[in-house]
Amino acid sequence: MSEADDNTKGLKVLRPGVRTTVQDLGRYGYAGHGLSQGGAMDLQAHCWANRLLDNPVNEPTLEVAIGMASFRAECDLMLAITGADMQAELDGEPIGNWRSFSMKRGQILKLKAAQKGLRAYLAVKSGFQAVPILGSCSTVERNRLGSIVQEGDVLPAKACHHEAAACVPPRYVSNYPDAIELRVMESYQAGQFSADAMAKFYQEDYRVSSDSDRMGVRLEGGAVIPPSGGVISEGIALGAIQIPLDGQPIVLLNDRQTLGGYPKLGVIARVDLPRLCQARPATRIRFVPVSIEQARLEWSEFCDYFSL
Amino acid sequence: MGIKVSWAPVSETSLMLYFGDEIDVKQASLIGEVARRIKAEHQEVCEVTASYTSILVQVHSPQIKLEESGKRLVAMTGHSVVEEKAEGKLIELPVYYHPDVGPDLEIVARANGLTVAEVIAIHAGRDYTVCAIGFAPGFAFLADVDARIATPRHGRPRAKVVAGSVGIADRQTAVYPMDTPGGWQLIGRCPVPLYDPDQTPPSPFELGDRVRFVPVERHDYIERGGHV
Repeated sequence: MSEADDNTKGLKVLRPGVRTTVQDLGRYGYAGHGLSQGGAMDLQAHCWANRLLDNPVNEPTLEVAIGMASFRAECDLMLAITGADMQAELDGEPIGNWRSFSMKRGQILKLKAAQKGLRAYLAVKSGFQAVPILGSCSTVERNRLGSIVQEGDVLPAKACHHEAAACVPPRYVSNYPDAIELRVMESYQAGQFSADAMAKFYQEDYRVSSDSDRMGVRLEGGAVIPPSGGVISEGIALGAIQIPLDGQPIVLLNDRQTLGGYPKLGVIARVDLPRLCQARPATRIRFVPVSIEQARLEWSEFCDYFSL
Repeated sequence: MGIKVSWAPVSETSLMLYFGDEIDVKQASLIGEVARRIKAEHQEVCEVTASYTSILVQVHSPQIKLEESGKRLVAMTGHSVVEEKAEGKLIELPVYYHPDVGPDLEIVARANGLTVAEVIAIHAGRDYTVCAIGFAPGFAFLADVDARIATPRHGRPRAKVVAGSVGIADRQTAVYPMDTPGGWQLIGRCPVPLYDPDQTPPSPFELGDRVRFVPVERHDYIERGGHV
């Protein structure tokens, strides 16, 4: 096969699934223009998918939400799959999860509906040859950056000969439990919430609402009474916990708006966000406090491990 | 400098600079200049989100101690050179003020006991300052609207406001850069595209810029690419 052929080949989308997008580490430097950061919601699964193939960590992956997608290799490829378990099959044979695998030209990869977790990540050796816009390949629908993957799309990738498959060590593999604990750094308007409101926030069992998306995860449970008086619109950090008037917390995520005027009582530790991003509707959530220093140390370890 | 700048940690990778706790239009150009300088001069910073009275700063490396960054950034805002250079650019935007493209023009006039011509003259009669950018890409909150034409938002937002629509909400005004839902009082339309992801930068506005609306006739509006 010639070089020219390689450029037009890759992974053909037979069924796009519920919502499949190209994501990398996100788009930085444009919040001042009102652009959302975007990027892979489950950073851990994204990083592992690339690492299994010795790709740089910022290579774009396919974020397959909920599942029910299928793809055909238009040339020989090496791929990796991580994140939510969608019982991936290659020409009908189960291939497992959190591992790399080779795909011969013409073979079909089928993902079923996720049983646990929400988002699977597919990486390809050398990365999908997507063209960055404003420094990133991340799709952010609400900013008209990139687009949802459609049936018939060919995601360009370089042909690759078979290589030995690699697996993620089992201790790093998440099983996406039905109840999770998330650690919160208190900041923003935390000091303006009453002691009762903060106590309520930590005592309550919340449930993930089905009305959640890449902008944010809505929670349902006992209301946290927000402080009275408005907040002048200010920048929203990844993982910030916003308390609107109805007292039901919203955790703001990758595709969040850049500014917001609702009171926020803190931010979830970066290393805990992948678990929230994989939490299915009705997952139980509890919050516990953590110091910024502790969260920084763990985030630092994560960054070192994946060369972020 | 009259403003006391303080900083507060927000998360393991971000901190906030606060420039007082009241909105002051005159402050916007200073905040905009500080935000530009942070981006240009501080390698450890990967994202800067400026707003009416604050700048959210995200650092790239978790090795950075926020205390050091916070103190350094606060110290930077005190340099007189920052204050002196703080004047945003002037952006002139043509606007076709007409009920065909500004369905609330007559409502704003009636609500304030003015004629449509007076509303137009007052709206286009002063320069505005970009005090915040958000809500949607390229959506610049412009202040201050003359109190004589200040009009509250619609109780129920429109499901779709057409890109280019010029709106008023109380004492702020803005141009919708893309089709979105929105509740502002629409008085005209600007034919100049204000958000294009294929351009760098994708939108012309920066915090502290000044914006002047220039009334144009229908044919001029259409010639510049406007639609009725």
